Amino acid sequence: MSTTHAGSHADNYVSYLGNGTTWQSWLLTKDHKRIAILYLISISVFFLLGGIFAAAVRLELLTPQSDLMEAETYNKMFTMHGVVMIFFFLIPSIPATLGNFLIPIMCGAKDLAFPKINLLSWYLYIIGGVLGLYAAVNGGVETGWTFYTPYSSTYSNSAVIATAMGAFVAGFSSILTGLNFIVTIHKMRAPGLTWGRLPLFVWAHYATSLIQLLGTPVIAITLVLMMLERAFRIGFFDPALGGDPVLFQHLFWFYSHPAVYIMILPGMGVVSEIITAFSRKSVFGYKFIAGSSLGIAVIGFFVWGHHMFTSGQSVYASMVFALITQAVAVPSAIKVFNWTATMYKGSVSWDTPMLYALGFIGLFTIGGVTGVTVAMLGVDLHLHDTYFIVAHFHYVMVGGMVLAYLGGLHFWWPKMTGRMYHEIWARVSAVLVFLGFNFTFFPQFILGYMGMPRRYAAYPEEWQVLHIMSTVGASVLGFGFILPGIYLTASLLRGKAAQAPMNPYGAKGLEWTIPSPPPTENFLAMPTVNEEVYAYAETEEKALV
Amino acid sequence: MNKTLPLLPESASNLAADVDLLMILLTVFSIFFTIVIFVAVAVLAVKYHRKSEDEVPPHIHGSLPLEIAWSIGPFLLVLAMLPLSAKIMMNTYTPQPYAMEIFVTGKQWMWKLQHPEGPREINELHVPIGKPLKFTMISEDVLHSFYVPAFRVKKDVLPGRYTNFWVTPTKVGTYHLFCAEYCGTQHSGMIGKVHVMEQSDYEKWLSGGDESMTARGEALFNQYGCVTCHLADGKGRGPALVGVYNSMVKMQTGAIVKADESYLRESIINPRAKIVEKYSSIMPTFQGQISEEGLLQIIAYIKSLEQEGEAQQ
Ligand code: HEC
Ligand code: HEM
Ligand SMILES: [Cu+2]
Ligand SMILES: [Cu+2]
Repeated sequence: MSTTHAGSHADNYVSYLGNGTTWQSWLLTKDHKRIAILYLISISVFFLLGGIFAAAVRLELLTPQSDLMEAETYNKMFTMHGVVMIFFFLIPSIPATLGNFLIPIMCGAKDLAFPKINLLSWYLYIIGGVLGLYAAVNGGVETGWTFYTPYSSTYSNSAVIATAMGAFVAGFSSILTGLNFIVTIHKMRAPGLTWGRLPLFVWAHYATSLIQLLGTPVIAITLVLMMLERAFRIGFFDPALGGDPVLFQHLFWFYSHPAVYIMILPGMGVVSEIITAFSRKSVFGYKFIAGSSLGIAVIGFFVWGHHMFTSGQSVYASMVFALITQAVAVPSAIKVFNWTATMYKGSVSWDTPMLYALGFIGLFTIGGVTGVTVAMLGVDLHLHDTYFIVAHFHYVMVGGMVLAYLGGLHFWWPKMTGRMYHEIWARVSAVLVFLGFNFTFFPQFILGYMGMPRRYAAYPEEWQVLHIMSTVGASVLGFGFILPGIYLTASLLRGKAAQAPMNPYGAKGLEWTIPSPPPTENFLAMPTVNEEVYAYAETEEKALV
Repeated sequence: MNKTLPLLPESASNLAADVDLLMILLTVFSIFFTIVIFVAVAVLAVKYHRKSEDEVPPHIHGSLPLEIAWSIGPFLLVLAMLPLSAKIMMNTYTPQPYAMEIFVTGKQWMWKLQHPEGPREINELHVPIGKPLKFTMISEDVLHSFYVPAFRVKKDVLPGRYTNFWVTPTKVGTYHLFCAEYCGTQHSGMIGKVHVMEQSDYEKWLSGGDESMTARGEALFNQYGCVTCHLADGKGRGPALVGVYNSMVKMQTGAIVKADESYLRESIINPRAKIVEKYSSIMPTFQGQISEEGLLQIIAYIKSLEQEGEAQQ
């Protein structure tokens, strides 16, 4: 593998972008890289949509009364914000774009194991998304993204079934992507690319795929049961029909807790890559970072009850869930410490992707320690379903995953598009996102401890100051998110002037040994891997201890 | 608009001190690790900032002792806090002697609250200071959650099933009551006030109120004809209900069941589920005929029979 700053062989190959420009060449493509771009465009649309819903929520909360919109509209706004952001943006975000683009390349393969299934999964995602949009314009939905019964199955007068169908169909897209990754990683690695030489990005996606494959069918069947109850009055969850509403919560969280790891593990993979590349140094504790991903995937299936401490679930069950939940925080801590230690004696650059990765480490740490806090039974009786929870999960999902996604997008943008973006603007936006984010969500920890319940259109006056801070922060955050949309698009329009070299950062990894943008078949010749992963150094040194 | 920026909620229950203590410990823990990471990241990023393009850092593999230290260390700290958190939770589950019972019915979008001697209240609850409260709660429709931040506790209110918790108010004042589980359009309007009063003020308030909960229960007991079968002397077609609450009842199947609130509720709305020994299943079902609130009133009345029974012994 070469790590020189070689220019791309722009003239003597056809890049995947140049290989056909018709609609069919995109919409019927089996090239994992083009499918990644299709996903990139579609999830960006949903991210924008989810952002608009969020803006509506934050504006309403500027004043204590429910005055900007009716309570029912407010309820639709936060529900559609949650549904769109979770099912149509965050779950596919890194795996379906960066993962789709990079997993085959990092494995030294020409494509994923099942290219047609890959295309199918994009279509399923689009069908799910269209169902979600159909629901949004036909009355919207106002059950909360959690669809708790019997409200969703009996009482709500909104487009519950269309929305749930959307999430259901998009779930299959997620299952198929996971399947494709697992088979590719097992079967299609280049000669010499042993498991111990796989980039951590691949390990993280392997763990994610396991969860997608094992967990998603459970949410699928749960949503089906809910829809059957709603459509045909078959009693599963509504006590009036002989059902049990708490059963729904068990089934829902049996998937949705592991699903929060679908929404963070890929981000952890991205951050592992960025930290080593921008420290020019092999990652500290490779085996521990790789192993902790699998640890999270496995233990993550046994902690769902921590969402139900106040639900009437047995108090002894709650205690066991609390204990296991504290254990699942350990692998996350391992990663944070190892990323930090990687910079020790490194050659650290402050380029945009690194800024995002460092932001990730800080914000994910806060998300993690507050996760430990809400998993403490006694305080959760107070904090459950308050703004403290809202702050906790935004710290991990936005502070964590979205920052990682943006970091990864900037890191591999030159590879994916063959264009360099404007570095100064990019750094400005990274800083704005970090500051705006903290301004938006930190006050919510305080609001939560004061007792402000979530999903409230109106609230007592004494909390207005904190809500105003949060809304102001959200405006900065929103601006920080819009900037990349502008300068990344601009980089495409600047044409050859912004031509990216093959390896702009001097990073290690198979993707940096091929031209930017890559040729359709990825590698001009079959690669062989004959060095360790992240082989930056010539000398070896012992850690302090 | 309130100009001050309050940071801590009022503490008005036996749980509050423990919850606040645990929260302080957790916050110290959180701030400590956050600072460790932020400082380490900042220092390393500055100290090892790339000085020239051809720097080649050394390879550092990792360190087993460090890995063990930073996985086990924080975990042990967390484990040390777990017992206190479990204790707080257990406190809300542990029956308190001489507790005053509060019966809560949640429905879209209001709280109906009452206790055996007190009048019926809506979105308001008056209780005396220092007396343990036992909440027995049920919903008439969807999920709700009964939440008093000043008490530091919430518990979900489910349809079709009673949930309970115990708490003791320790400070006079008026506090927020919220519904904490999303329940539809006016979820944020499903709020009220809890008034914790001095004993004397509380008694004054009581005497000003109307009919008590047990009195309403007795009226329903007569109105629905329960009294025709359930004679107090045990000679009716159904068993006497005096002293039945919390007793062990033998069933036709031989099983022995404790007659708690859930059992009483089931006996009324679904009498065939469990048939008392030596009786036949002639009791009609009252499913759908008596509201959840009415059921609670009847149960309160049946429980008051127990108290009279005990007094006679
Ligand atoms: C037609 C007569 C009849 C009427 C009317 C009737 N019951 Fe009953 N009830 C019975 C019989 C017989 C039993 C015992 C058999 C069984 O468990 O179903 C019983 C059992 C019970 C029990 C369980 C008692 C125990 O010892 O475990 C309760 C509680 C009860 N009834 C309450 C009520 C209430 C409240 C009403 C009015 C709303 C009512 N009953 C109306 C006949 C009646
Ligand atoms: C570091 C380990 C973590 C721990 C110990 C933890 C713990 C918890 C606990 C106990 C709750 C339930 C709180 C309540 O509702 O009362 C919770 C809620 C939540 N967590 Fe975490 N968490 C962790 C990491 C994450 C990650 C990585 C994500 C997502 C990327 C995440 C997303 C969420 C979400 C979305 C909820 C709220 C769901 C809802 O009710 O809508 N958490 N977390
Ligand atoms: Cu969880
Ligand atoms: Cu509610």
